[in-house]
Amino acid sequence: MTAVTTPPKKQAQRGRPGQSSPKLAYLPILFLAFAIGIPLVIIVIYSFLEKPSQGTGVKWVFTLENYKALFIQEKLDGTTAIDTRYIKVLWASFYYSVITTVVTLALSIPTAMWIATRDARKRNLLVALVTLPFWISILIRTYGMRQIIADEGPIGKFLAIFDVSFSILYTPTATILGLIYVFLPFMILPIYASAERFDFRLAEAAYDLGAKRMTVVRRVILPSIRPGIISGIALVFIPALGSFLQSDMLGGGKTNMVANVIANNFGQARNWPFGSALAVLLIVLTLLFVLIMQGVAQRRGDKVELV
Amino acid sequence: MSHTQTPTSKRGKLVNLRNFPGFNPTAWFVLFFLYMPLIYVVIYSFNSSRIGAVWESFSLKWYGKVFENTDIQRALKNSLQVGLVATILSTTLAVMAALGLLRMKRAGKAVAIALIGAPLIIAEIVLAVGTLGLFIAVGVPLGKVGLIVAHTAFCIPFALLPIRARLSQLDMAPFEAASDLGANEKQILRRITLPLLAPAIFAGALLAFAISIDDFITSFFVAGPGATTLPVYIFGMIRSTVTPEVNAISTLLLLFSGSVLIGSYLIQRKRR
Repeated sequence: MTAVTTPPKKQAQRGRPGQSSPKLAYLPILFLAFAIGIPLVIIVIYSFLEKPSQGTGVKWVFTLENYKALFIQEKLDGTTAIDTRYIKVLWASFYYSVITTVVTLALSIPTAMWIATRDARKRNLLVALVTLPFWISILIRTYGMRQIIADEGPIGKFLAIFDVSFSILYTPTATILGLIYVFLPFMILPIYASAERFDFRLAEAAYDLGAKRMTVVRRVILPSIRPGIISGIALVFIPALGSFLQSDMLGGGKTNMVANVIANNFGQARNWPFGSALAVLLIVLTLLFVLIMQGVAQRRGDKVELV
Repeated sequence: MSHTQTPTSKRGKLVNLRNFPGFNPTAWFVLFFLYMPLIYVVIYSFNSSRIGAVWESFSLKWYGKVFENTDIQRALKNSLQVGLVATILSTTLAVMAALGLLRMKRAGKAVAIALIGAPLIIAEIVLAVGTLGLFIAVGVPLGKVGLIVAHTAFCIPFALLPIRARLSQLDMAPFEAASDLGANEKQILRRITLPLLAPAIFAGALLAFAISIDDFITSFFVAGPGATTLPVYIFGMIRSTVTPEVNAISTLLLLFSGSVLIGSYLIQRKRR
């Protein structure tokens, strides 16, 4: 008779013994649904509402105007024309992020490989040096960069010796340089994690079999560190696309990215619905990129978890 | 072992293969690039000149200004309060999520993982303005409470990273033994799971604290006028001009981050 009561007990412990009940996750999920889920839903809803004639916030009237306003401008005389301002902002964000990703990739593959081929003690020190910037405020790092590339900063002073004028602060170049600077460690570390596991005897075997040095890099080493490269691209491109501080502090307002325009619409411009429409567009573009990356990773047979 | 040395006859080639042309200078350039702005900030925090880029003479006057500035102290206090509470809350919730997720059904797990992953993928500005909308709609006052809620939310995925990683590596033998010996779920959690997870929980908490203290965008929108955090205050100072005072604050923060890191490293090494 007692045996009747034991099966459910055993069932509860099936899988792995000693594991906690899934109910434990309910509270954190509920909290995240409130603090992450609802804000996202609110942004989507706001993007379909009108802006009040006065003050901030929204007027609860359904409209598609905000999405139309992303691409089309209504002139005072009632005629409409294609508005390229926001398309340009989106293009700039995309373009800066692509350059940032390409440059950090080009710098990170040699750096990660170089670190991975040092001896253990030196390797640990180098990894610590690359990791340290993670723990330093992005604001401070961007501020440091601003002083370095200022016209009268160290680079400017150095070039002045050779009578070369240097003036990049408050231009797109400065924004891109700031993005590269801030996101570089995000590229180096995942590639290093892959490179560290690479068995250099494979490279040696390829070399012994007559492959040239660059062939070894292209055909043996690069495919082995591909998972690291894919994670690195995701870790750099995604935050770069939505970055705010670099364009604000280094681009000087002339080179706005999407995040700056969203912030402005929720700030001085006081157009929450339009800011929301831009935000929805940014979410869609980000998710599209994530899907593409996952597709690439899957087709290559790499298991890449972005989350 | 990827670094075993092969017989000496082949070593020449092996060494060759480990040194590709251009890798060495690139790596040194990268390290120089990563650290030059930070070193510049530290050096110029000791510059007596008011104009940032001109070196005048060694001086501690900007540090004096920082310690006299009550606004900075208030902002620092806000940052630390929000950071500590958000760290405790997010780490606790992350432990619960990590343990609960192990046995969740597929559909629930997918929703949970999407919610946890959202702050890592979606641009912070989007979540920041959404949170602002939420707080105004629900009537959460802008200030420390709102800041704590928002920070706790986006710190959870970071606190979760090391905890989940550790959980997937755990040896199941102690759990089986405990459960065979009749321990119930609570006892196992308190006496086995949590002690085994302790280093990962510590690492997760450290990460959460760093993310919270460093946060600018969300705090900028949600702090309101009364609860300005240090990054929001610093941003206000440097947006338009270069203030040597900020170099002094930055150096102090660098010192703080550095000592926290070295301290945690020493604690973890001692435990082992």
